[in-house]
Amino acid sequence: MTVESYRIALAGNPNTGKSTLFNLLTGLRQHTGNWPGKTVLRAEGSFTYRSRNFQVIDLPGTYSLYSNSADEETARDYIIFEKPDVTVVVLDATALERNLNLALQVMEMTDRVIVCVNLIDEAKRKGIVVDDRKMAARLGVPVVKISARNQEGVDALLDTVFRMVTGEMKARPVQVRYSAATENKISRLVPRIQSLIGPDVPARWIALRMLDGDRSLLDSLKAHWMSRGKGDGEVEHDISRSV
Amino acid sequence: MSTTSAGAFDRLMQEAEALASEDSRDEIVGTFYRTTRSICEESVTYQTQAGRSEKLDAVLTSPVWGFPMMLAMLGVVIYMTIAGANIPSDMLASLFGAGEEVLTLAFQAVGAPDWLYGVLVLGLYRGTSWVVSVMLPPMLIFFPVFALLENFGYLPRVAFNMDRLFKRSGGHGKQSLTMAMGFGCNAAAIVSTRIIESPRERMLAILTNNFVPCNGRWPMLIMLSSLFMAAGFAGGWQTLATAAVVMGMVLIGIAVTLIVSWTLSRTALRGVPTHYTLELPPYRRPKVWNTIVRATMDKSVFVLKRAVKVAAPAGVLTWILANIHWGGSSVLEHIIGFLDPFAYTLGLDGTILMAFILGLPANEIVLPILLMGYLSTGAMTEVNDLASLKQVFIDHGWTWLTALNVMLFSLLHYPCGTTLYTIYKETRSPKWTFFAAVIPTLIAVGVTFTVAQMVRGFGWV
Amino acid sequence: MVRGKVVPFSDMPEGVSARIVRLDVEGTMRRRLLDLGFIPGAVIEVLRKSPLGDPTAFRVSHTTIALRREESSKIFGEVIGG
Repeated sequence: MTVESYRIALAGNPNTGKSTLFNLLTGLRQHTGNWPGKTVLRAEGSFTYRSRNFQVIDLPGTYSLYSNSADEETARDYIIFEKPDVTVVVLDATALERNLNLALQVMEMTDRVIVCVNLIDEAKRKGIVVDDRKMAARLGVPVVKISARNQEGVDALLDTVFRMVTGEMKARPVQVRYSAATENKISRLVPRIQSLIGPDVPARWIALRMLDGDRSLLDSLKAHWMSRGKGDGEVEHDISRSV
Repeated sequence: MSTTSAGAFDRLMQEAEALASEDSRDEIVGTFYRTTRSICEESVTYQTQAGRSEKLDAVLTSPVWGFPMMLAMLGVVIYMTIAGANIPSDMLASLFGAGEEVLTLAFQAVGAPDWLYGVLVLGLYRGTSWVVSVMLPPMLIFFPVFALLENFGYLPRVAFNMDRLFKRSGGHGKQSLTMAMGFGCNAAAIVSTRIIESPRERMLAILTNNFVPCNGRWPMLIMLSSLFMAAGFAGGWQTLATAAVVMGMVLIGIAVTLIVSWTLSRTALRGVPTHYTLELPPYRRPKVWNTIVRATMDKSVFVLKRAVKVAAPAGVLTWILANIHWGGSSVLEHIIGFLDPFAYTLGLDGTILMAFILGLPANEIVLPILLMGYLSTGAMTEVNDLASLKQVFIDHGWTWLTALNVMLFSLLHYPCGTTLYTIYKETRSPKWTFFAAVIPTLIAVGVTFTVAQMVRGFGWV
Repeated sequence: MVRGKVVPFSDMPEGVSARIVRLDVEGTMRRRLLDLGFIPGAVIEVLRKSPLGDPTAFRVSHTTIALRREESSKIFGEVIGG
């Protein structure tokens, strides 16, 4: 094996400076196209850091990942099915309350999450103070404050990304606790989902979407699952093993 | 995949559905948002103060100043483009003129045959240098200035101000954002209509985007208004008058967009506007230098490359058509003669119509083809400055009506080849791509015909 | 505006703040509104109307979101100030 390559997905609300960060990371080493079968722009790029290759995928800017639109489906499917080595959720420091929703949603889907609080310069000017340590403690994932346009904090971000992809650092995303009744339903569904699809899917998140009645997700999940298993007979647990 | 596991999945889904209830859904969502709020309350502190954005919005979206400011911004961008592009355009033109002399000498020195000189220098080189000198300077000003306005965060305010007009016409509020993109390039704007989720409203935005003059059409609009419409003004006033006429064209384009959207919403694309939310992000001071560099690299160079790629072969083709003779006159003259009667009813002439037809691949080449058409049929004049250019037009019977109708036709006619191809790629529908070409063309023909008949009827020319 | 009165946001004049009581919207639009912070219990400020009277810009969880009357008339709030 030659040089290892890691995949970083950038997720975030619109207008959070996600593209600025993408341009900063990849410079001219980027190309654009469409996501397969969708009229959604796919921007991809790459860079080298500490002699490792990193591939960056700029997911469409979305407010949430609850399949309201093609953009949201694309971003959600990438995180769930393509399983990037790390998902960096870019947040607007001046509108954290709304932006954090997306971070928490991603944290229900994967534990390889880094929260990147961008536009910190803008926030400072508006008198907004973000306590990144407290936030990291509450979230259970690394929180890095940056200003992509002033190129501040990017080193710290890259270092965090590096340590996470190499396994040096592990995040333990704190999960939203729902009511006892809901948690009860979740715990009934989770083992069923795991035995049906496999251990490496975010079973809790799928259970929540089932209780949510998110048909489009469940359909695409089923479609994905069936195409992956095509041709390999009847064994259900095999599906998660190979790919 | 076996049907048993697919069936098992369906069963699990049904079971989950039985567990779910309206209450559990609201509970999940509610708990989720309460959690984010409590995290924020703990880790983020705000020092309340009246935001800069609020104060700016109080002016830029105010009932009194909202629309005047919008017009002023548009006017300033157009004025800057016209005023700033003049001198570099002239400089580039004379530079290319000098280059042509050198090339001519070189061709004579090696004793190259006339046809080769004609194809390469009079066709290819001239066509290409025209496109570069006419297009590059306005682009180098327009794209960065526009990108600054975009990065500043003004465009969503335009959508906010104009929303009601689009709602009334049955379109989507974000249609104005895609129109703004069209000022740069209609093909790029077609791609940008993806921000509109409803297929019906997206189609409206696609079908009408062409009524926004793109970068390939700005130079011709600017040149003709300054030569014919603003000719009576002197000095700085002339630039101002030119800008006013170009702005008038833009406003006509917007009016046509609304009318066409309204009509389509009540006929072929019936329906009511879908729900939508529009975020007004805070104004941000753009990184001026970064923005300029990126706009130049991404947009200007890209568009120019494309234009040159199309202009070069078009220049060759035009020269060949002008120099292949058949029955006493050139092929070009035959085409022009054939188009002339119809073109006359539109206030145009055969050469103009031919230039628009041959200019299908890219709007940028309409003007060079037009000039080549005139110059190849008349005496070969050297075109070094705008005054001699105007003389070429007048020698071929142009009046202000001709100039006006060329501008209107340019504003309203079918989208360029690249845009049509993009429309096909985005809609995957030959039918709608066809309509995207036919609807504007009918409007262009209808409007120029009406204007020509009225002006002539009243005896104004 | 009378404090404590529950009215749709479309009926509130500029400058009024109100706490969301309920959303009479279903499906995708409800989701979208919740995503943007139009959550029961949240305090929303009516910022200003578009020059043509509609849509209206609201201040919601430190962001500015414009809604058309079609939506804002289905969001009900209890006036708390302004």
